[in-house]
Amino acid sequence: MQSDADLDSAFAALADPVRRAIIARLSRGPATVNELAEPFEISKQAVSKHIQVLEHAGLVTRTRDAQRRPVHLDPGRLEALTAWIDRYRLIHEQQFRALDALLAEQSQPKEDPS
Amino acid sequence: MTNALVITAPEGTPWIEFTREFDAPVGALFNAHRDPDLVRRWLGPNGYEMAIDHYDFVSGGGYRYVHHAPDGGEYAFHGMFHTVREGEFAIQTFEFEGAPDQVAIEYLWFEDLGPGRSRLRGKSIGPSVESRDAMVASGMEKGMREGYERLEALCA
Repeated sequence: MQSDADLDSAFAALADPVRRAIIARLSRGPATVNELAEPFEISKQAVSKHIQVLEHAGLVTRTRDAQRRPVHLDPGRLEALTAWIDRYRLIHEQQFRALDALLAEQSQPKEDPS
Repeated sequence: MTNALVITAPEGTPWIEFTREFDAPVGALFNAHRDPDLVRRWLGPNGYEMAIDHYDFVSGGGYRYVHHAPDGGEYAFHGMFHTVREGEFAIQTFEFEGAPDQVAIEYLWFEDLGPGRSRLRGKSIGPSVESRDAMVASGMEKGMREGYERLEALCA
């Protein structure tokens, strides 16, 4: 399990539309800074800064591939984030499905036992 | 045909809200919250036995129950029913005995959506943002434990 500080930095990193777009692009495969900068009307330098934030949050990594240094998504890190939200949901989903079943059973006509 | 559960836990707030619709009249939905024999059958995580000490779903009433986990763990909860209005509304306090004095106030709205349909809306407000986040995180731990149990069953 990850620490609160890890969660904070990851959620903060994703609280920006450009960085989310970069994550979305990387989910289709690794890319260089130049490739990542293309769709945005901001400087390559600004895109590099965004990538640094994502890297610092552990969401992406950069391989030591000489000049190219492509950026990769770390899917395990993203899964850990969605798990943080989804586990809480899972318990409540299960609980309300049990309530569904109970209510469905009760809607069958029968005599009140009391 | 499972109805969607909407959960919101806005960052920096001490509350969690949820909304869920049911294919049942609002009276039946309310009764499933009032009758302890029915409550026992749906409240709490899957596979946990729920033992109810007392449960009196009326204004000024109270409750205490214990969830028994399959691994032998026990999780006790107690609180008071502040206001209960038949088929309509309830306010209760909620305290996990493993985190004493971290009392949440829970609002429940039972809404009639016409024949055979109803909606449950809930809002749970904790004493601090930190306690709310801890509650979400403990839900995560339980969920993960259950996930591992299912995995064990699959691998057995």
